[in-house]
Amino acid sequence: MNNNGVIIQTEDLVKKFGDLVAVDSVNFEVMAGEVFGFLGPNGAGKTTTMNMLSTILRPTSGTAVINGWDIVDHQNEVRESIGMVFQDPSLDDTLTARENLEFHAVVYHIARGERERRMEEVLDMVSLSERADDRVETYSGGMKRRLEIARGLLHYPKVLFLDEPTIGLDPQTRNYIWEYIEDLKQREGITIFLTTHYMEEAEHCDRIAVIDVGKIIALDTPEKLKDDVGGDVIRLTTEDDDAALAELTSRYPDLDMLNDPECKLCFEREHGEEFVPELIREFGVKIVSINIHRPTLDDVFLKLTGKEIRDEGGDRKEAMMKLASRRGAAPGTRSRGR
Amino acid sequence: MEANTAREEEGRGPQKESAEEYLHRTSLERSLTGIFIVWLRDFKRFWRDTPRRLGAFVQPLVYLFLLGTGLQAAFKVFGAGETKYVTFMFPGILGMTVLFTSVFSSISILWDRQFGFLKEILVSPVPRTSVAVGKVFGGATTAVLQGTVLLVLMFLPNIFGFSWNTLGKALALIPLMILLALAMTSVGVAIGARLKSFEAFPILMNFLLMPLFFLSGAMFPLQGLPGWMNFLTKINPLSYGVDMLRAVALKGVDLTAGVNVMSKLPAEAAAKLQANPQLMEALQKVFPKMPTVQTQAHPLWLDVLVVAGFGAVMLGVAIWQFNRQE
Repeated sequence: MNNNGVIIQTEDLVKKFGDLVAVDSVNFEVMAGEVFGFLGPNGAGKTTTMNMLSTILRPTSGTAVINGWDIVDHQNEVRESIGMVFQDPSLDDTLTARENLEFHAVVYHIARGERERRMEEVLDMVSLSERADDRVETYSGGMKRRLEIARGLLHYPKVLFLDEPTIGLDPQTRNYIWEYIEDLKQREGITIFLTTHYMEEAEHCDRIAVIDVGKIIALDTPEKLKDDVGGDVIRLTTEDDDAALAELTSRYPDLDMLNDPECKLCFEREHGEEFVPELIREFGVKIVSINIHRPTLDDVFLKLTGKEIRDEGGDRKEAMMKLASRRGAAPGTRSRGR
Repeated sequence: MEANTAREEEGRGPQKESAEEYLHRTSLERSLTGIFIVWLRDFKRFWRDTPRRLGAFVQPLVYLFLLGTGLQAAFKVFGAGETKYVTFMFPGILGMTVLFTSVFSSISILWDRQFGFLKEILVSPVPRTSVAVGKVFGGATTAVLQGTVLLVLMFLPNIFGFSWNTLGKALALIPLMILLALAMTSVGVAIGARLKSFEAFPILMNFLLMPLFFLSGAMFPLQGLPGWMNFLTKINPLSYGVDMLRAVALKGVDLTAGVNVMSKLPAEAAAKLQANPQLMEALQKVFPKMPTVQTQAHPLWLDVLVVAGFGAVMLGVAIWQFNRQE
């Protein structure tokens, strides 16, 4: 790989729409073969950045290099290096899956003799071989998404861009798609750049950039980001809370108690999963239950921006989906912060 | 990774050519296959849409028979005697069919934008020029198909009749129709390329098309018009298009045969009339002589040149608009 394994590098990327600065001087590097996530609320500038990288939008200033090609000066070479799965559907519904792939194969100059084999390969990968000759209008949302991913991979891109790859999909399909993505990374070794505002999804990434109001405010592995927020919050319930509290403070004088009147036996501790067995082994008071809350990316975002990612006013579609998921989804599928 | 090396090898090309020659050849090849696949997709979409396909075949018949027959009857009411109005109108209706279908076909670009497929095209390495040309070919194909339905109807007895002469005219009309369709689809693509609103599209198109159409001479001969209107018809590219079709279709057809009043009188009465110049003069005031319908305003070569030139300019604008797309 050129440039020590760096496949995407941006240089002060800026996009303005009139007075609005959608992307404000963004700098980052993506290494070849990694899954790199852009995490942020709606309107943070995720899609705008991705559209600039994929040559759909011209940057107001600054530039980026993908696979050794400049996104402003060598648009065609960049376009050949990347695969794109957009946030909104971009299939031709009146054509069959195979015809959609054929169109793609031709515009990406895949040699005639090679086309058939590659189409079978990607269709098989997303388990759509049997439906390949049906028109796309008969497909479910999840099938369309899978077909789009298959199409994005047809020309063996160096970088696959996924813009909110699982938005609006049911949890089962979401898991399927993540299985494909992990599998892809293993088998093809391609670089995956994705945007998301689902915390669970960001967890799958090797590294994530947290973006808010057009700026990157943190960039690291999910683990490191969570560690930076602080330790795990441990909550004990015992038969005699006062005695337990006395024992805790005497044994661990440096223990970081939360001093929450609602929760007397709550404290913060790094590596809570190692601390708890040690604690139980010699604890004098009978423990009824122990709860360990590991920091989530929600907590990371809350700490970095002072707001929750889901509270951002999104577009109406998003608001509707949020409402629907609140009503329909089983409680506890999303852990709220402390 | 193995896949990538395979791809690079496949891209290297034969050794005989120089790198420059190879790049030039492949870029031309890529542009042409790009045009083909964009065209093919548009054509498949048209062909699979059964109501649209049926409509496309029925629409020209409606224009020709309902409008043509109705107006022919109306001319009789106004006392112009027997004209072959349907025959006169035939090239005009052909032009009109090609015009409307061509220009409106570019709404496919708005649909592509609406349903996201345009993004798939724009993010791909296919040259934007190929996309524009492919779209023009796609729209022109449907327009020419509709026009061909009309050409078959030329053989009906009350239009041109079944003869070798008609066959020759029909064949000669095909290339002219293709030229007109390409020029007019380019207008549509130039406008549709950057337009985002489905509401604005038909309004804009009608605002543009109606004057073009009415000033083209498709419905009435461009004769004896007031000066300002005459001027407008001269700068209307479509009037050259209609003139072009008419030059071929109406060649050697006498449109106003059978309006001679004298021939309807008994021979004796006619002789008497002719012997009396004063009476003859008075009679001619009551029955004004039918003016000859001018079937051609310009020489054919000029018509073709104007339509081709106009089409080339509009195609240039369409290509430019596509290259400017973000």
